[in-house]
Amino acid sequence: MRTALIALRRDRGALALSFILPIGFFTIFAVIFGGRHDTMPKVSLLVVDEDHSATSQSLIRGLEREGSLSVKARPAPKQGVEQPEYTAATAEAAVKAGVASVALIVPHGFGENPISFGGANGPTIQLLKDSSDMVAPQVIAGLLQKVAMTSMPDVMAEQGSKYMDEYAGGFTPEQKKRIDAGLEALRRRDSAENSAQPTAPADPNRADPNRGMPIPVTTRDVVGENKNNGMVSYYAAAVSVMFLLFTASSAGGTLLDEAENGTLDRVLSSRVTMGTLMAGKLCYCVLLAFSQLVVMFVWAWLVFKVDLISHIPGFVVIGLSTAFAVGALGMLLASICRTRAQLGPLSTLVILTMSSIGGSMFPRYFMPEAIQKVGLLTINAWAIDGFTKIFWRDEPVSHLWPQVAVLLGVGVALFAIARRLARRWVYS
Amino acid sequence: MASAPAVSIPSSLLPLQIEGLVKRFGEVTAVNGITLELKSGECLGLLGPNGAGKTTLIRSIVGRIVPDAGTVSIFGERADSSAARMALGWVPQELALYWALTCRENLESFGQFHGLRRAALKSAVEWCLDWAALTDRAQEPVKNLSGGMRRRLNMAAGLIHRPQVILMDEPTVGVDPQARNRIFEMIEKLSGEGISMIYTTHYMEEAERLCDRIAIIDHGRIIALGTRDELVRNAFASRSEVLARFTNADAAVAAWVKERGGILENGIARFTIVHATEIAELLDAAAKAGHELADISLRKPNLESVFLHLTGRELRD
Repeated sequence: MRTALIALRRDRGALALSFILPIGFFTIFAVIFGGRHDTMPKVSLLVVDEDHSATSQSLIRGLEREGSLSVKARPAPKQGVEQPEYTAATAEAAVKAGVASVALIVPHGFGENPISFGGANGPTIQLLKDSSDMVAPQVIAGLLQKVAMTSMPDVMAEQGSKYMDEYAGGFTPEQKKRIDAGLEALRRRDSAENSAQPTAPADPNRADPNRGMPIPVTTRDVVGENKNNGMVSYYAAAVSVMFLLFTASSAGGTLLDEAENGTLDRVLSSRVTMGTLMAGKLCYCVLLAFSQLVVMFVWAWLVFKVDLISHIPGFVVIGLSTAFAVGALGMLLASICRTRAQLGPLSTLVILTMSSIGGSMFPRYFMPEAIQKVGLLTINAWAIDGFTKIFWRDEPVSHLWPQVAVLLGVGVALFAIARRLARRWVYS
Repeated sequence: MASAPAVSIPSSLLPLQIEGLVKRFGEVTAVNGITLELKSGECLGLLGPNGAGKTTLIRSIVGRIVPDAGTVSIFGERADSSAARMALGWVPQELALYWALTCRENLESFGQFHGLRRAALKSAVEWCLDWAALTDRAQEPVKNLSGGMRRRLNMAAGLIHRPQVILMDEPTVGVDPQARNRIFEMIEKLSGEGISMIYTTHYMEEAERLCDRIAIIDHGRIIALGTRDELVRNAFASRSEVLARFTNADAAVAAWVKERGGILENGIARFTIVHATEIAELLDAAAKAGHELADISLRKPNLESVFLHLTGRELRD
């Protein structure tokens, strides 16, 4: 024990990282999940008002007053020029592009008959959603009903009178018959629910979302509507990137091994220069990381039916870009450290931090907005965004240019810094 | 050698020329103004105790250390030039090998680092395996080899590109006597083929057996240079050495030895004499001073005697 303690005390880097690592990691999780409520992310919602009635405007104003929502009726201005309001088509395109997870379309005629307990009598609100976000659509569906009750009291009263007039005025035989039919329908539904519950719990995704709700809503998946693998492709990318980082760090560490056992000196006394050597190591890291990605996605394809085959070009482009960036990071980590003992804790700290805020452990839309922005400084975030574009949004390869540009740019910058730091090995 | 060298070098130029080389590490001057020439086909020994500056000098020649002053040229080319690198082979003191790779894979890798490809690489690997007597262990990973075999492979890896000048930095460190003899034979084979070599060691016997000339190095300076006989003659002329061991080598004995012009090291006093009759005088003087002798011997001075004579310290300090 004494010798181990002395060894640890003398390796200042390893000693510091042994204590900084857990504190740093704890702090990240505390900020993400234990932060103040005002730092929690707002759910982005696109609204399209096709009705332009007092009722629809009242409903949208009510949604805008909700603190947890960020309601947008039009895209952000471009170069100071105000953009036109969303239409049903542009809102759907925006959800597909990942601008927001949900869009609400208030149709023509909604104001004439906005409330319908138990069934739709007229045009219904359309809720377009990206099903990779499992939270936002449910939040908005619930808030929509709440807002309907709280922000449209006049409409509610008017509609109530209308229903009373329609269903209870005078209780003519016809009205009596309709009320009875309605009650009978409710009884049948309750009875069916009661008998089904013990053996087959209701699937919330299959249940009628409008049951008992004042505002009828039609929900439609505009992204991933034909996919049955939910978050599988997301996590195939997310987990792969995290492990790629570990792999690259370990592969970059061979530079430290060679420096420690003398082979680096020997290599550098030959025709091989430090630049050539590092470029070779980078190629090795990239090849290893890309192979790991291939294995992971082939497994996801075989076992979880992720559609790899029809996305091969995009996968290769974003996969190689990601492998290049993580390979360069691995070289940088190795160049910063003096020993393997230092590389272990440092790479663990960097990789777990990047993975947690970059979306490898849980989707970034769960995180506070500030952390989401910081997450953009990580390789994980850009790589996962790229893979999501390919596998979830079915976007063409040309749409990957922002992710590819960032990953390649980051890779070049990190490798340049690593090369600079590696000068200490060139001459003693 | 079995095949032609990888580079052709003008024979008129010296294989290695060092001028005023200085290297400091903070306050310590590891190499202090060394000037040295290696002649064609010569094996030059660098003999000195640990910490004398031998390895720093070798690493400066091979370009792994940037000297603070001085120049190194290989066949007239700067040491860091591509031509110099190809002409120079380096066997480092540590086992600088890839432990997970086999003997053959190690040699192939280092050959490729020196630009060898295909037939040239294959031929060089076969020659190295044969020279190091490792042909039957070619497919064995380094980690499974004995200490002596690793040493031989370490040497072979430094020769894979068929250099004309070889720097051997204590290649027998940690090797048992039998394995050491095998290494000597390998080096003698190279010498027989006209390869120029610098061989560093702190073993006098190695320097005496292998080297044509010997440079004695201490505290970063060359304090003597010449053949073995020249060094001894310069230090002792025709004198011989008397070694006397006292039963009680205390301070009084030390003072008496110093007064008589001798050196006391590890309980053994060394005196130099011209005539054998001086031994009797020495015995008489010791008896008169009351110092009891356990034994006494006469010997011709060797390199160790030279080093002790020049530095006042033993070679293996």
